[in-house]
Amino acid sequence: MLGDGILKGMAETARNFFGSYVSKDRLTTVEYPEERIPTAENARVFPFLVYDGADWEAGLRCVACQICEKECPPKCIYIEKSADKKPDYVGKPQFYPARFDIDISVCMSCQICVEVCPFEAIKMDTQFELATDDRFAGLLEDREKLAKSNEYYHSIHPTEAAEVDARLAEEKAKVEARAKAAAQAAAAKASAPASASAPGAAKPSAPPAKNEGGS
Amino acid sequence: MTVVESKSEKPAGWNRPPVIAPDGEGELLEVAMGPHHPSTHGVFRMDVALDGERVVRLKPVFGYLHRNHEKIAEGAAYIASMPYTDRLDYFCSLTNNWAYALAVEKLAGQPVPERAEYIRVILAELTRVQNHASSIGFLIQEMGASGTPLMYAFKEREKILDLFESLTGSRMMCNYMRFGGCRVDISAPWLDATRKVVAGLPAFVDEFEALLSTNEILMARCQGIGVLRPELAVNAGVSGPMLRASGVNYDIRKVDHYGIYDRFQFRIPLGDHGDIYDRYMVRVLEMRESIKILEQALKDIPAGPIMDAKAKLRGFRPKPGEAYGRIEAPKGELGFYLISDGGPNPYRYRVRPPSLINLTILEDMCLGHNVADVVLIFGSVDIVLGEVDR
Repeated sequence: MLGDGILKGMAETARNFFGSYVSKDRLTTVEYPEERIPTAENARVFPFLVYDGADWEAGLRCVACQICEKECPPKCIYIEKSADKKPDYVGKPQFYPARFDIDISVCMSCQICVEVCPFEAIKMDTQFELATDDRFAGLLEDREKLAKSNEYYHSIHPTEAAEVDARLAEEKAKVEARAKAAAQAAAAKASAPASASAPGAAKPSAPPAKNEGGS
Repeated sequence: MTVVESKSEKPAGWNRPPVIAPDGEGELLEVAMGPHHPSTHGVFRMDVALDGERVVRLKPVFGYLHRNHEKIAEGAAYIASMPYTDRLDYFCSLTNNWAYALAVEKLAGQPVPERAEYIRVILAELTRVQNHASSIGFLIQEMGASGTPLMYAFKEREKILDLFESLTGSRMMCNYMRFGGCRVDISAPWLDATRKVVAGLPAFVDEFEALLSTNEILMARCQGIGVLRPELAVNAGVSGPMLRASGVNYDIRKVDHYGIYDRFQFRIPLGDHGDIYDRYMVRVLEMRESIKILEQALKDIPAGPIMDAKAKLRGFRPKPGEAYGRIEAPKGELGFYLISDGGPNPYRYRVRPPSLINLTILEDMCLGHNVADVVLIFGSVDIVLGEVDR
């Protein structure tokens, strides 16, 4: 009969319409600003810089190696290396970024900077409500704006952050063990000057091999 | 490649292009449909010459969304092009990733672990389901059914995109495949969630079909409209559901044996008439076949590494040579042709986009039909302008 197909389709819509009163599955709309779906744990928006401790400037993990700047596909990162060095989390003196800018109007959230960073210094944020009325300065984030604490990192990506912390702790322990061994060797020699056993003089390990599965 | 003979009765002359005889009264009316016509899926123009309501001439105009993808890729490291491939066909970023990864793996002779192959198949078939569902939704939207079928399709697409987001971090710009594997391993909860979504897909396709397949308006608007003859389709290099709707048995998953598609039982749905309705039906049936592949892949996914131990992210320099990697993307044959001179970036990088090549026969399909049918025929090609213009 002509019209059968239309009636069949109408029955389907009616089933969905009345079903939306009884079944949560059929009611899919979320009224966004008032109502929110929690973001997925792996979600990524724009990068930020992780710092340890309370002082963002002293605790920045970034050593200004400029790998991310080189690897960034749309070239949205700008880094200026510092003239002096500061000790990093294992005590080795390192450069730090005197300037670290990310133009988030150019950034395409691809996460390649995170994957190539050997120091676990740059990670992806989940903050997406970034509308601003200043399209130039408002979208150019400097290192103060980018710096976020390790606690914040733990709050947005708990599983990943725990893995990173474990990896860093392991590396630190390895460096300390090596420094201790060097100090013992120096003490055993006894003839060597005492300054050789200072922890800063121990040769720190190479940057850890990046685990692809972790990021 | 075989052209399957139709068994059903067809009206005489169904496979001949309509004869156009201007009646000599008045002049042809030239209309520019697009680039901002609501039905053009983005920025695309059709310069149409009309005799009354009938199309006499149609000239597609591309290039409004050209972003210089190929040249940018030639100046960038191999891995840096991976996020850009997401932005070609932004409905199916994971299949784009796969095609590019496949080309580079061929170029560098890079093996891929078994688990990663399974993950790729699962993601590609999920992509195919959501692409076909939403492309049918858009087709019906262009028919004038504003909203309902499209929203039904998007409801299901949403579940699949949620899976993509929880795995890759992004809903559409996934940037997930790497040369020699995948970026993140899938977790047990993710697998369970995927099994749940896949278990709900057959019910969705049933509902979708009950809503649409026998609808008299849809049949009246689609059957016999925009017929694409198999000879023309083969000669023009058309691929994907478009080609199969014309009755040509050609699916790269079966022909090329890339990945691990040899291990799965699935069939290739073929059309009979090559009209819009056949394209619609082929897509529906392909969704069902994809669900079959998904069920098999989710059943026997092995444990193991997801990245080859020798795979390199930085400092990747394949030996000099050339490679062409192609896959059956939801829209057709998506290929990447790469030439390496041994440097860190490709010497030549070329995309073979299915959308663009499927669009080249638009005029042949549209001649003699009404303007309203042009919109439908265009919708049935299933294109994404990001891939057409690159």
